[in-house]
Amino acid sequence: MGKSLEKQSLTAKQRFFFDHYGITEKDLQSYLAAALSAGGDYADLYFEYLSSTSLMVDESMVKSASQGISAGCGVRVVSGERTGYAYTDDLSASRILHAARTAALIASAPAKTPVAGFQKTAARSLYPVTLPSVDAEIIAKVELVMRGDKAARAYDPRIQEVRASYSDELRNILVVASDGTFAEDSQPLARLNVSCIAKTDGNSARGSSGGGGRVALDFFFGEKTPEYFAKEAARQAILQLDAREAPAGEMEVVLGPGWPGVLLHEAVGHGLEADFNRKKTSAFAGLIGKRVASEKCTVVDNGTMPWRRGSLNVDDEGEPTQETVLIEKGILKGYLSDKLSARLMGIADTGNGRRESYEHIPMPRMTNTYMLAGQDNPEDIIRSVRRGIYAVNFGGGQVDITNGKFVFAASEAYMVEDGQITAPIKGATLIGNGPDVLTRVSMVGNDLKLDEGVGTCGKDGQAVPVGVGIPTIKVDRLTVGGTARKDTGGFMQ
Amino acid sequence: MPSTQLETPQLATDLRDLAQDIVRRATKAGATAAECVVREGDEFCTLVRLGQVETLKESGSKSIGVRVFFGQRAASTYSSDFSQEGLDRMLKSALELAKITSEDPFAGIPDASQLGQLEGDLDLYHEDVYSLPGPDRIDYARRAEKAALDFDPRIKNSEGGSFDAATGHKVLANSQGFVGEYKRSYCSVAAVPIAQTEDGAMQRDYWFSVARTLKKLDPPEQVGRIAAERTLRRLGARKVKTAHVPVVYDPMVATSILEHIFEGVNGDSVYRGASFLAGKLGQKIAGENVTIIDDGTMPGGFGTSPFDGEGIPTRRTLVVEKGVLSSYLLNTYTAKKLGLKTTANASRGLAGTPGIGPGNYFLQPGPRTPKQLIGDIKEGLYVTEFLGHGANLVTGDYSRGASGMWISGGELAYPVEEITVAGNLKEMFFNISEIANDLEFRGSVASPTLRIDGLTVGGE
Repeated sequence: MGKSLEKQSLTAKQRFFFDHYGITEKDLQSYLAAALSAGGDYADLYFEYLSSTSLMVDESMVKSASQGISAGCGVRVVSGERTGYAYTDDLSASRILHAARTAALIASAPAKTPVAGFQKTAARSLYPVTLPSVDAEIIAKVELVMRGDKAARAYDPRIQEVRASYSDELRNILVVASDGTFAEDSQPLARLNVSCIAKTDGNSARGSSGGGGRVALDFFFGEKTPEYFAKEAARQAILQLDAREAPAGEMEVVLGPGWPGVLLHEAVGHGLEADFNRKKTSAFAGLIGKRVASEKCTVVDNGTMPWRRGSLNVDDEGEPTQETVLIEKGILKGYLSDKLSARLMGIADTGNGRRESYEHIPMPRMTNTYMLAGQDNPEDIIRSVRRGIYAVNFGGGQVDITNGKFVFAASEAYMVEDGQITAPIKGATLIGNGPDVLTRVSMVGNDLKLDEGVGTCGKDGQAVPVGVGIPTIKVDRLTVGGTARKDTGGFMQ
Repeated sequence: MPSTQLETPQLATDLRDLAQDIVRRATKAGATAAECVVREGDEFCTLVRLGQVETLKESGSKSIGVRVFFGQRAASTYSSDFSQEGLDRMLKSALELAKITSEDPFAGIPDASQLGQLEGDLDLYHEDVYSLPGPDRIDYARRAEKAALDFDPRIKNSEGGSFDAATGHKVLANSQGFVGEYKRSYCSVAAVPIAQTEDGAMQRDYWFSVARTLKKLDPPEQVGRIAAERTLRRLGARKVKTAHVPVVYDPMVATSILEHIFEGVNGDSVYRGASFLAGKLGQKIAGENVTIIDDGTMPGGFGTSPFDGEGIPTRRTLVVEKGVLSSYLLNTYTAKKLGLKTTANASRGLAGTPGIGPGNYFLQPGPRTPKQLIGDIKEGLYVTEFLGHGANLVTGDYSRGASGMWISGGELAYPVEEITVAGNLKEMFFNISEIANDLEFRGSVASPTLRIDGLTVGGE
C-alpha cells in the first residue's frame, strides 16, 4: 500500500488537527475501523475547524462585529448505494467513536478493515496566503468597510443609505478514508460587499457590488479596493432610478461578460452533477455525446484557478480538484462527480465532492464554471441585435433539474433596438430550458471574464462558495419576464 | 399571558447556569450589558429511494454565543467549543472586539420592564418525534414513497421518500436578569416522485406533512398520493403566449406574497427606507379584504415561542387591518430607531445583532372556496411553483419564473411552464382581488389561495 503517514514530513499547517487535538494516525485508524464495524464499502472522516469574522457598517457606524469558531467531525459509511452519516462537535475520542458507530448502522454485515497506512494526497497550493485574513488586524478590516461607506456616499448626493460589510473565514480540514486517503487543507475565504440605496423625490433604487476570493487581506488594499466596489454599487443604484419597464416575452438576449455566467451554472451546471444523472432525475440524463449547445460553446468546470472563490486544493473527500470539460464545441462531454457517483456509475472522480460543513454529507458540486472565449467582437454582438435586451448584472438564479427549466434575474439591463443600446430597464427574470438554451447561442465574444467572487450555491440545503464566468454571448431567443404592455399580444381581461 | 416575573425556571439545566455564568463574567470584566444564547439540537433524517434506504443521518450539536456592550458599543462572538478554554476565548474575543465598533445611540438590550415570557405549556415539544425505533422511521419514508410510486404507472422514478425528526433547545440570559429557555420538536414526512411521458419528458413535484408531534403528522400514504397527483398534473406542460390575465396563487406560493409584505414592514428595511412601505403606517397599502396578523403566542404553532430573541414575551400583532398598515414588525433596536415599541419579533442567531423574524404570520381567509375563485376566471394562470427570487422591495418591482396550470373556462385546463409572472408589488397588494377560505399552517407563514389581477404573464 501507499506510503505511511509517519514517513511524510508534514508542515505545521498540515498538522493542524494533530497539534490542536492530539489526534494520531492510530486514532484515525480506530475511528475508521469503528465506522466499518458493521461492514460497508467505504468510510471517511471529515475534520473541520472553521474560524470566521464579520463586520458591518450601516449609517457610517460599525454597528456589528462578530467572530466565531466552529469545529467538528463528520463520519460517513457507504454500503452500496446507502450512506450512513453522523457527526460530533466534540472532538474527543469517545464522541468520534460514538458517531462512527452510529454511522455504521447503515450496514449490516461482518466488520471490514480499513487499509493499513494512509497515502497523503499531493495537493496544489492555489491560495498560498502568508497571513490568513482571519488572523489579520481587525482594525484594517474596519478601515475597509469605512472606506466602502465613504466612497459610496461620495459618488452622488442621491446615494442616501449605504451598508458595507466584510467577512472572512479560515477553514482547516482533514479528510481520511478507509481507502487510504489522507488530505489536509487550509482554505481562506474573504469577501467585501457594498450595497446602497439611491433616493430622489418619490423614487428609490438599490445597487450592490462585492467580491473577494481565497485571498489575503491585501487583496482589498491593492487589486479590488472598497472604492472599486462602492462606486460600482452606487453607479447601479443611480442608473436604476431612471430604468423603464422591462419587456415581456421571447426575444434576443445578449449577456455581458463575467457574473452573467450564472446562466451556465443554472442552465447546465446543476443538470450535469453526477448524482442527478446516476438517479436519472436530470433533464441531461443520457445526453453524453449529444449536442446540447451550439458549436461555439465550450463549457468547463475548473477548481484549480489560483485565488478563486470556487477553487479548492482538494475537495471535501480529499480528491485533488481538476479542470473538467462539460461541453466541448456544443457536445456534452461529462459529468461532475464525487466518490460515490464515480464508483456507482463507473466514471472518473472529477474532484467535485463538496459539503457545507462537517454536519453535511458530500455530494457533487460545481467549483468555477465558465464558457471559453470565442471569436466575436462584443460590439459586433450588440450591433447584430434587432430588438432585445443586453443584460450585464444579475442577482441569483434557480433550476428545476428534472424538467430543465431555469431562471436568473437581471439586475442591470438595457434595451437594444436596431443594434443600439437605448435605455436601462428594470430588473427582470429570464427563464429558459437548460438542455436547449445553449443551442441558440449564435455569437460568443472574445472577452471571457470571471465574476468578482461573490457566488454561493445552494443544493439540498447546503451552501458552498462557487465562481462563474462567461464572455459576451448572444442567445437568439429567451423569455424575458418584464411588464411592458407594448408589443405583447394574447389575452386581455 | 405575558409575565414579567423572571424566576421560576421551568427546567433547571446546566445550559441555563452556563448562560447566566457567561453573562456574569462579561459584566464582571467591564461590559455594561451582556446577553448569552445557547442552542442545542438533535436531528434524525432518513431518505428511502426506490424502496431502498439511501441515507440515514443522526446527530446532535451544541453552540453558544455572547453579545457584549460597552456603553453604546456592541460586539458578538460564538463557539462550538464548550471547554473552559473555548468559553474563555469566546468571551475575551467579544470584549476585545467591542473596542472597534462605533458608538450607536440606539444600541442596547431591552429594559428590564419589557422582559418576560409567556407562561404555561405552549405545546411546542413532544418527545414522541424521537420515539420511533429506527426501522419504523425508515418505514414512514418508505410508505410515503411507495404510495407515490404505486399511484400511477407514469410515476417511474423518484428522488425518494423521507422522514425527518429534530428537537431544539434554546436558552437566553441577559444582564438585566432575564433567563429563559424552551424546547421545540419537529417531525416531517415527504415524497418527491418523478413522472415521465412516453417521449421521455420528466416532471418532479413533492408533498409533505410537518408537525410538532407524530400524532399530528398526516399518514405517509396520504403524503405520497398528493405528491403523485401534483407531479402527474405537470406532465405535458407547455409555454403560453405572453398575456395579461388574472393569476391565482395556490397556498404554497401565496405565502411568498406574505413574505414580501413581511420584508416590507420589517423594521430594518423601514428605518433605512429600503422598503416602499416605509412611512406608510396608518395608510392603505392593500385592498379592504386584506388583514394580516403576526401571532407568536399560538399554542403548538410553528412560529410560536414564549419569548423572542431578546427575552421579550411574544405577542399578537395586527400588521395590516382591512388594507391599512397598522404595525411594522420590530425588535428593540429598530423600534428605538423609529420611536416605536418593539413587537417582540427579535430573532437571534448565534452571532451578530438580532434580526427580525415572524411568529405565526398569516393572511385572514375569505369566504369562498379555491374552486369558486378559479371558476370565476375565463382565461388565467394558476401558479403552483415559483423559480427564483425576483422581488425588489425598494422599488416594488416583481418578476419571477413560474409553472402551474392554465385556467380556461373556469377550470384547470392544462399544465404550463417556462413562463414569468411580473408586476409591481405596490399595485399587486391592492390587486389581491379575492382570498379563499383554505388557510392551513404548514410552516410559520401561511396564506389561503389568492387571486391577483393586473399581472403580466410572460411566455412566447
